[in-house]
Amino acid sequence: MIASQFLVLAAALFALGVYGLLVRRNAVLVLLSVELMLAAVNINLVVFEAMWRTSEAIGQVFSIFVLTVAAAEVGIGLAIILMIFRNRQSANVDELDLMRW
Amino acid sequence: MGEWLSQPVNWVYLVVGVLTLVSAFRVVTSQNVVHAALFLVAALGGVAVNFILLSAEFVALVVVLVYIGAVIVLFLFGIMITRAPTGLDVALDNDKKLPAALISLVVFAVLSYATVTTFGNAELVEIGTATDTASLARAFIGRFVVPFEVVGFILLAALVGGIAIARRDLTPLEEESRRSV
Amino acid sequence: MGSLLFAAAEATHAGDGGWWADTAGIMLISPFVAFLLILAFGKRLRYNGAEFAIGALAINTVWAVVLFVLNMTEGVLREPVRFVVGDIGSGLTFELGWAVDGLSIMMYLLVNLVGLLVFTYAVGYMEGDRRVPWFFAAFSLFAGSMLLLVGAPNLVQLIIGWEGVGLASYLLIGFYWEDHENVNAGNKAFMVNKLADVGLLLGAVFLGVAIGSFDFAELNLAAVEGNAALSAVAIAGGALLFFGAMGKSAQFPFHIWLPDAMAGPTPVSALMHAATMVTAGIYLMARTFPLYQQMAADLRPWMVAIGTITLFAMGLLALVVDDIKKVLAYSTVSQLGYMMTAVAAGGYTAGLFHLFTHAFFKALLFLGAGSVIHAVHSNNMSDMGGLRKYMPRTYATFVIGALALAGIFPLSGFWSKDEILATLGHEGYTAVMWIAIAGAFVTAFYMTRAVALTFHGTYKGHGHPHESPPVMTVPLIALAVPSVVAGLLNIPGVSWPGIGNFTEWLAVRVVPMGDHHAEAIDFFLAGVGLLAAVAGIVLGWLIFAPDRDTQQARDRLEIPVLYPLFRRKYYMDDVALGISRFTMGPFARFVNWTNTYIIDGVVNGVGGLVYHLARFIYGGVDQRGIDGIVNGLSAAADAAGSGLRKLQTGRVQQYAASFVMGAIVLVIVFVLVR
Repeated sequence: MIASQFLVLAAALFALGVYGLLVRRNAVLVLLSVELMLAAVNINLVVFEAMWRTSEAIGQVFSIFVLTVAAAEVGIGLAIILMIFRNRQSANVDELDLMRW
Repeated sequence: MGEWLSQPVNWVYLVVGVLTLVSAFRVVTSQNVVHAALFLVAALGGVAVNFILLSAEFVALVVVLVYIGAVIVLFLFGIMITRAPTGLDVALDNDKKLPAALISLVVFAVLSYATVTTFGNAELVEIGTATDTASLARAFIGRFVVPFEVVGFILLAALVGGIAIARRDLTPLEEESRRSV
Repeated sequence: MGSLLFAAAEATHAGDGGWWADTAGIMLISPFVAFLLILAFGKRLRYNGAEFAIGALAINTVWAVVLFVLNMTEGVLREPVRFVVGDIGSGLTFELGWAVDGLSIMMYLLVNLVGLLVFTYAVGYMEGDRRVPWFFAAFSLFAGSMLLLVGAPNLVQLIIGWEGVGLASYLLIGFYWEDHENVNAGNKAFMVNKLADVGLLLGAVFLGVAIGSFDFAELNLAAVEGNAALSAVAIAGGALLFFGAMGKSAQFPFHIWLPDAMAGPTPVSALMHAATMVTAGIYLMARTFPLYQQMAADLRPWMVAIGTITLFAMGLLALVVDDIKKVLAYSTVSQLGYMMTAVAAGGYTAGLFHLFTHAFFKALLFLGAGSVIHAVHSNNMSDMGGLRKYMPRTYATFVIGALALAGIFPLSGFWSKDEILATLGHEGYTAVMWIAIAGAFVTAFYMTRAVALTFHGTYKGHGHPHESPPVMTVPLIALAVPSVVAGLLNIPGVSWPGIGNFTEWLAVRVVPMGDHHAEAIDFFLAGVGLLAAVAGIVLGWLIFAPDRDTQQARDRLEIPVLYPLFRRKYYMDDVALGISRFTMGPFARFVNWTNTYIIDGVVNGVGGLVYHLARFIYGGVDQRGIDGIVNGLSAAADAAGSGLRKLQTGRVQQYAASFVMGAIVLVIVFVLVR
């Protein structure tokens, strides 16, 4: 096994996440896409750890941190979506254009 | 390439990788919101298998437990509460698919080119020997104890913030009826 | 710094004060501690925190008295205690500490002793009033700031105390802030003081930077030794310091804040006018005395002139006001004029001795007035009269204070005023000396008026006046004693066995001052001064005593031109407010004519010229040249704005797309191309 194979997989996952981020209208689906991107980042971290084998498994430690922060992000993100939905009867991000000129 | 294919673990990788990518693709293209969330389960499961291949068992377990077990459930709740259209719905995507596809292709090209040219055929060492969970634990409560506590605090803040944001203020009428109960 | 002690040539016999001088800093701290304690616990205590305020000043008084006695018997001279707090830069340091020499010890005694008596009195006076804990807290702050000021070994600490005094006085003058008038009085005092404080601040910077230290000892030594850097800025710096002193000590034309400051409770007025605040300016002039004697000597005639105007013109105003506290307020301004004149003329001891005696009898007069006001619930003398029968103790002490202020032998005011007159004569300010004697006449005149209208005749107010409780009368009696005897401390040429005299006590200091004080009694001058005072009393008595009706008594004073002038306070307030009342009468018509035909003509001519010039500039240069550029720029900015704002679609995903593309470009630039 070489590093590239996982790195390419991660890049593909990340690109798919970007695609979802850009085309999805539903805010929940946008969040799902973001999760894909974060998973891709985690793969990279673990791959680098497998390459260098630090004594304290720093790559894995950081992937756990990313996972934790991602979980917090999902909680807050969903709460925000919930409130937006309650106020506007819609969770579509392209209808949230209050900040336009 | 032939040598690469002679390793059985790479076959596993190929199968799992393809499954992961297909699931991920379905996550961003499915026209059913619930299906999209379930495909994310499959994609993350594939990622977890990849972690195991990379001898990161603990991370894989965390992904399975936290993501597949909890976060996805959270998503499903979110989907249900926001009454997102659960059936087939053409309007789930916007009309910028082509530029978005182009952008993501460029992202893929640049990222893979950059990483592959930088790390190339670097061999992954000691693959197959699981990382000692005890050493992870020592890292968490040793060198990384401060970030660890900070992350814990962020989780707490997210918990409180989530409650504060999502909590619905009762109308006076509702409050009255609740008090009378 | 040890070399400074060598310069103490005038101090013939000096101990170092021992433990009491080493710990004198307690006096500077304890009122602030009391301030905090009152804020924290004042409300829960029986006397609303007065316990702390009085306790702090009682402790201080012990130190002050001990130091004063030590100074009397053996002389106390100690290097000021200095703590370096911070570094200002350019070799200057920020130091706090306390000075222990004749001048500071005298001020410690005044502030603490008078403060203690006034605080005690205030317990009775403020009984049942609003916000009593806050009153005592601010009062402690007031006294503490003043102690910080008089104990300051350097200009920086002096400014801190100076501003603290200003703040506390603002709080206390506006103490009854429910009435808008009082708030205005507080604002007025604060702003007039602030204006003058600019001078103090600039002066301190000038002098401090010139000699590389803010220390008074260094400053005075540099002035005595003829430091070249200091002599370059001595006039400017000295003038600026004097400017600051004019504000605090209510010298003409900054006096306008002081009569309005009567809006505060009477104990505040007493302390403010006697020992605290207004004496700060005189103290500063005395502290930096060598500067004005040596390098800034050219300023002295101007300072004397301002002091003289103040002492005479302000005394006249006290003749016409009806508010008893304002009579005393103008009297204070006038007496401050005496002090300033004396110090400026070179009478270091004379000015400070008058400050010393004045503190006692003016505090006594204010507290007596407060006692009267407490009894009749009015400030106006037209509501008083005949109070002699109802308030015998207040009457007796008030009369003692009035006689002392008038300068009747052998009360304290006689000796200090005589000392000032002698100094003025000795220094060659003969005309000023005669004005000061006339001022003594006026002083006696208005004090007689105040006594007659308040205590004699028939009672014209409402309700039943009564003598004040002992907590108020005891301080009156306690202040009456020094009002009588303090003058004996400095009889020219007399040195009391074992303790010497006031002049010697003040002479104990780090740097020789070059004082000019009388060595023997000038019987002619003393006689003339006394005669003026007696004449004032007799005249006042003849005018005001037989006719018991205030209104008619006032009518007798309505001399056509002067009376309205006095009533309007020389129009100073109006000038200060920018409203000229001089637009009446022939002078005004003349001014108007000048204004219309001459000044307007000039103005119109210049205006026409400017107009044509402006037309040319407008049409030729502005409209075509500059406006073209400006309009072009703004049009470009407008077009760019309307074009660019279309980017702000408000769609999150467009932003995200831009973000991703930007990130990719960055990756290409920094990672792949490199």
